Parts: sequence; C-alpha cells; structure tokens
Amino acid sequence: MTALLEIEGLSVTLPVTGEQRQVIHDVSLTIGPGQAHGLVGESGSGKSMTARAIMRLLPPGAQVQGAIRFDGNDVMALNRGALRRYRGSDVAMIFQDPRSHTNPVRTIGDFMTEALCRNRGMSKRAALQRAVDLLDEVFVDDPERRLRQYPHELSGGLLQRVMISAALAVEPRLIIADEPTTALDVTNQAEVMAILDEQRRERGLAMLFITHDLDLAAAVCDRTSVMYAGSVVEAQAAERLHESPRHPYSAALSKARPSIDASVERLPAVGGRPLSAFEAPSGCAFADRCPFCQQRCIDEAPALRELEQAMVRCHFAEELKETLAGDFEETMREHA
Amino acid sequence: MSTPDAPAVQVEGLRKVFPSRGRGGRDVVAVEDVTFDLPKGGSLAVVGESGSGKTTLARMVLGLERPTSGTILLDGTDRTEPPRSSSARRERAREIQIVFQDPYRSLDPRQSASRCIDEVLRVQGMSKAEDRRSRIAELMDVVGLDERQATALPKALSGGQRQRVAIARALAVKPEVLVLDEAVAALDVSIQAQMLNLLADVRAQTGVTYLLISHDLAVVRQVTEDMIVMQRGHVVERGKTSDVLDRPQDAYTRLLRDSVPRPGWKPVRRASAAKNGGASQSTMEVPS
Repeated sequence: MTALLEIEGLSVTLPVTGEQRQVIHDVSLTIGPGQAHGLVGESGSGKSMTARAIMRLLPPGAQVQGAIRFDGNDVMALNRGALRRYRGSDVAMIFQDPRSHTNPVRTIGDFMTEALCRNRGMSKRAALQRAVDLLDEVFVDDPERRLRQYPHELSGGLLQRVMISAALAVEPRLIIADEPTTALDVTNQAEVMAILDEQRRERGLAMLFITHDLDLAAAVCDRTSVMYAGSVVEAQAAERLHESPRHPYSAALSKARPSIDASVERLPAVGGRPLSAFEAPSGCAFADRCPFCQQRCIDEAPALRELEQAMVRCHFAEELKETLAGDFEETMREHA
Repeated sequence: MSTPDAPAVQVEGLRKVFPSRGRGGRDVVAVEDVTFDLPKGGSLAVVGESGSGKTTLARMVLGLERPTSGTILLDGTDRTEPPRSSSARRERAREIQIVFQDPYRSLDPRQSASRCIDEVLRVQGMSKAEDRRSRIAELMDVVGLDERQATALPKALSGGQRQRVAIARALAVKPEVLVLDEAVAALDVSIQAQMLNLLADVRAQTGVTYLLISHDLAVVRQVTEDMIVMQRGHVVERGKTSDVLDRPQDAYTRLLRDSVPRPGWKPVRRASAAKNGGASQSTMEVPS
C-alpha cells in the first residue's frame, strides 16, 4: 500500500519572546488512502499543531524539520500554485468552532460555493445546485432555504454539517477534522460523527481525526496515535488501544475517565498536569507523572519503536504489557 | 436562621419566560414547572443539552434571575426574589456559591488566589487579618494548592489550578450550597479526574451540598446521588442517578445515554432528527 500522507520525524519550533520553543518533537505517522487515523491528546500535546503543519498553516517564524509527503510529494517544497491546489482540492479541513471559520456577513450559499467557483471554475448556478445536493447528503432539511441564511441563523450542529459538506464539496482525498464535535451537545456529536463517518466511507476518503476523546476516536478510526508533550507515545489499531494499551500514558488516560456505568470511590487520576513539548525534561516526557517511572526513564529519552503491531515510546513496554492491560488503578492512586 | 430539617434547596413550580424580542417573535419559555428538593449535604445533577433551561434554572436558584412564577426556598427561607440591597446579596452569598465552567475567565487576572479570597472574607465581615490568613491557609489546604500557587497570578496557573482557586473562593464563606456549572467540562481528562476526586474530598470534609449543572453523564454518575433530566425547559425524568442511568425510562434520557462514546460504541444517525426538529433543539430558537 502506498501512503497518501506520510509524516516522518516531524519537529516544529515556534518563536516565543525571542527564543524558539519546541511544540512538536519527532512525530511520524502514515495514513493510507481511505484510512481513518485518530490523533488523541490533551491540551498542549501538539495535535492541532501537527494538523497545521500538514496544511502548511504554521505561524510565521516556525521552523520545521522532518518530512511531510502527500501522495509522494514533499509538502514543504510545494510552490504557490501547487500549494493552492493542495489546500484547495487535495486536503480539506473541518474545525472545532464552525462559527469562527465562517464569515458572519456572507450567506451559507456564498460560503459553500466560493471554493467551487474559484478552485473548480464552476458557474455560480452549477455551484449552488451542487451545494444543494451536498447539503441533502448530510441530511440538512430544506437546503435551498439554508443557502440563503447566515451562519448565526443556524444551530451549532447544523452549521457543523454545513462545514462537512463544504469540505466534501471540493472532493478532497484527505479530511483533517480538528475536534469537530467538541463544541456540540452529545446527541449532536453522535449525529455529526455518524454523518462524517458515513460520508467518508462512501467516498473512500482518508481522515486525520483530532480529538481528546479516546472512545470517540476508536468509534470512527482504524488506527489511533496518542500524543503527549509534542510526541507520539503510542500508535496502534484503534480498537486494541482500549484493551491492550502499550504506553502508561494512554493506559492512564482511559482509566482516568469516569464511567457512565458505575461510580468509584476515587478515580485513578494521573498526578501533575500535561506538559508542552518545550517543558518536557530530557528523559521520557511522561516520567514525572508515570506510576512506573524508573531511573532509566529520567536519564534517557525513549525512542518510538515497534512492539507487536503497535508503536510505543517507552523503555519498559514489554515488562508493563500485562500490567497495563489489567487493573493497575491501585498503582495509579498510590502514585497520585 | 438555620432550619435543621429543611432541605438545602427546595424549588416548586418554577417557571421562567423570556419575553419576545423584536416583531413576530414568540415568548420563550426557558423553564416550565420545575420542582425538586435537594437535602442538606446531598448532591443533585441537572442534566440537559444547550437550551434545556438548566443554566436558567441555576441562575434563578442563585438569585441572578427573577422567576416568572414558582418558589425557591434555601434552608427553609423564601429566596424566590433576587436580592436587591448589597447586604441581602452578601447574605445570599453566604448561602449559595457557584463555580463556573471556564477557569480562564472566571478569575480576576490581576488578583492572586489569596488576595481574591482575602477580599471575599473582608467583605463578609472577617475583620482580623490574622483570621483571614488562617482561613486562606485552610482553604488552600482543602483544594491542594501550595504557597507559591496561592500567591501567583492566574496567568501563571494551569486550568486545573485555576479551577482549584475558584472552588476555594466559593468555599471561603462556608456556603450551604455549591452550584457547579459544568465546572469540570473544560478540563483535560487527566486534570478532570483530579478535580472530581477533589470535589468528593471537599464534600466529605465540609458537608457542602452540590447542585451540578452538566451534560456529561459520566461526571454526573461520579459526583451525584440524584438527578433530573431537562429537555426544552421541562423535567422529563428524575430519580436516583444510578437508577436513571441504568434504567432510563424516558426516550430522551435513553437518547442522551446512547450518545455517549464508550468502548465499542458507534455513532448512529437519528434518521428523522432533521425532519422533526430533533431532541436537542433549543427552546431558545425563534421561528423564522
């Protein structure tokens, strides 16, 4: 299988008050055509910055190392015309807050047809007809009326469905969805995710799905990468991640979430707070919060390596295999 | 005026109508006939999505919104009318406090935690600086902030630490009731777990009563004993939290429960949702 998107050893630094600060450190991931890949992490883990690097939308002054290849082409080396094609028709992005990514004084119709007219050279009339069809496909009622409305007249869930159909309009090969349902109510989230998942499968689109919710990622993705402090600490088949996590951080993340089925006296919380890449110590970034930390973790940064169809960045992944798949809440509680 | 047997919060037939804005609009009924008792030391969740009326309900209980009809009793005393004088407002503040969702916007950026709480204590009549200092130290201990964090400005604190400050500030006057308005919703998963444990500790230590406003059923399960489910201003289901979540009776409660991602979950589209307005349609939507 040839990869559609290939990220290799990506590192990004951003200028903050005169010094370059690390925000992404050595991120590698591969997405095949039609594959859905989840990128899960807490705030500051670098997941959104990875998405921006893929779109070449990093803030000014950002320094990038490593390679990003789309369909074999080096994204960092694209010239202006090629970059416009890449952003305009190869990759489409869906954001968390649709309201801040639409122009409040332009109608939904203007918003949806702009890319079709400019990038695809369609006539306004043909573009509007296409927009009606697309809205219909994402189950928006009375699409003709919606096209005449303004963003503030639509509810959050409805506006996000408009964003999805606008992203699909340019017939991209990869969709990057950055927390597309985080701002929505839970019933709307289920609805929007079902539609996104359905449309993606029907069209054979690849997707990079960014979220903080491991279960949500598992529901719609083939493979999940877990990020911590700017690095990928674990990547494996999405449905296996819950049963057999290989990294203490991903294991702790799924245990720390309260359950809808039962309450517990104390949740197995992870002590401390999530770090950004530039705050990470020289050893393992998770060392000071890890219940299994040993001297080697403080001295030496682990590399991302393969372990039984999973990629993991932990010195002791083999030794911890059984423990992490079982109940280690007690250890977490004691450590916290 | 503490009444030993009275519930901490007693709400009966509460209704709130917002008059229409502009021509052709309809009045919006945000809360319709809500009744509940919250015993002292208890923990009640009000669950609902945007537009369900849960925040309007909380604002009325806090005295920030005047009910159209119905009554609110706090500790047996009628508190239906919002306080008007500053002394009445201070009195209400000693009965009920709130922790907001957004830890980044609910604190004064120019005030450290200890100065913020010092001000609250001074306003509430604790005149000796020494007493205030020891109360602040006590509160910092309850919420797990060290001395450096207590004197730092909010910008130097993480989201979780700020929420600890907000909880300490709310507890400063020893209120009977703490309203938690989505108080853990904006936090990272690993921080949220710490905060949920802290809320359990605080209740065990102080005996404070919780009124949790939330859309997150897993958080509701962890924090509360009783819950009511609201949809478009109405209570559609009520009961013990474990019963409601294990055996939801109302169709909307079932939909809410089925929409929560969990291991093995797949999102399902409600085929008719777009046609009939959908369960999560807000009461606030004005017909166009």
